[in-house]
Amino acid sequence: MGHVFTIAWKDLRSELRTKESINAAAAFSMVILVLFSFVLDIAGDAREFGGGLLWLVFAFAGALVLNRSFAREQSNDCLDALVASPLPGWSLFLGKAIANFALLGIVELVALPVFGVLFNANWLRFPLWTLITCALATWGMTVIGTMFSALTVNLRLRELMLPVLVYPMLIPVLMAAMQLTTALLGGEGVAGDDWVWVKLLIGFDIIFTSLSLALIDVILVS
Amino acid sequence: MSEAALDVRAVWKYFGDYPALRAVTIGVARGECLAMLGRNGAGKTTLLKILAGLSAASQGEVSVFGAQGNSVDARRKTGVLGHGIGIYDELTARENLELFGKIYGLADPCRSAMAWLERVDLKHVADARAREFSRGMRQRLAVARAFIHEPSLLLLDEPFTALDDRSIALLQRLLAERLEAGATVVMSTHQLREAMELATHWALLVRGKLVHKDSRTPEILSDPTWVYRNYGEDS
Repeated sequence: MGHVFTIAWKDLRSELRTKESINAAAAFSMVILVLFSFVLDIAGDAREFGGGLLWLVFAFAGALVLNRSFAREQSNDCLDALVASPLPGWSLFLGKAIANFALLGIVELVALPVFGVLFNANWLRFPLWTLITCALATWGMTVIGTMFSALTVNLRLRELMLPVLVYPMLIPVLMAAMQLTTALLGGEGVAGDDWVWVKLLIGFDIIFTSLSLALIDVILVS
Repeated sequence: MSEAALDVRAVWKYFGDYPALRAVTIGVARGECLAMLGRNGAGKTTLLKILAGLSAASQGEVSVFGAQGNSVDARRKTGVLGHGIGIYDELTARENLELFGKIYGLADPCRSAMAWLERVDLKHVADARAREFSRGMRQRLAVARAFIHEPSLLLLDEPFTALDDRSIALLQRLLAERLEAGATVVMSTHQLREAMELATHWALLVRGKLVHKDSRTPEILSDPTWVYRNYGEDS
């Protein structure tokens, strides 16, 4: 596991020094939230559409972060240096996924208070469930995004291909996250049928994390 | 334990329908320094990538010190210096070497990093980011990155290209040290004179086929183009 944190720390350090994707993702989420606050001039009804709006913002902003994940390794052929080293493929994948998870978490932490202010939404009513929902859905987005970032790293149109491939895969995660967030913003909490969405998120995370770990070596060695 | 450092058996590599490597079979003994020669597109880089575990052979087998070519055990003993330098621009020289020191499981990556920075004359810029380095400094840092774990097998893809005189001399000195320590070196190159000074053997690839492998003779050292004249496409 030591290698996992070595890679995660390396990615976080590189990103926090350049801030090339996190600045873009945070700025993008701010702009979308501000624009929607003008278009949807119904601040009192944030509980109706808030979940959908928030996770669309996170998904689009997330693509900016995830696109850079393996692309960062392209300059100077750094990916070759890592693949030729004794670093197991799963360590590389998990390290990158953890770094991406942290970066997406930062974007969400910046966007949530702005969303709360602009849409008069109390997103801290159920802090534990908000945290659980964000963590599970963000990990799902991260795993799929990191995997497809590795798949598309050598494509010339990777900035275009990544969203095209990732968004259809994310539909279950986004549906579950939107439903749960809407329930939390509405003040009802997670109850009754909402448990299906929690189970879906957990199942999705387990299945796609396992698949990614099993397939990453095949993807990295062409 | 096998005497061969590298054993390549009937390796084919296809890109689409095009065979970049055709039934390449070659053995490299421990302590050998093999200069792999050939024109552009002959398959040198493709073969080195397969040896380094960066690309999978379409057919055939590769073993490194008796282990499967792309196994963790084989990769632990191998140092690779390819076309790209494999250095992170946003990290400092010291952080770059520490990163690879940790990945290769060195006992004290910090100490190894500083020792290698001193050897490649970059200690004074240890805490500067690699992006601020000149081309020559970046190349020296890349050499330190490839050598930091003192590999038993070095795979070098045109290592002398774009190096200044000082860097060429440094690389030749480090390679000579590794060879003296019993390491095996395989390098592809177009710079015959620099490579032949170190090489104990040479092999020639022509359009993906290994056409000849032999030991280096004084004749070749005095006239490196002899190889192409006698075994190349125009011979």
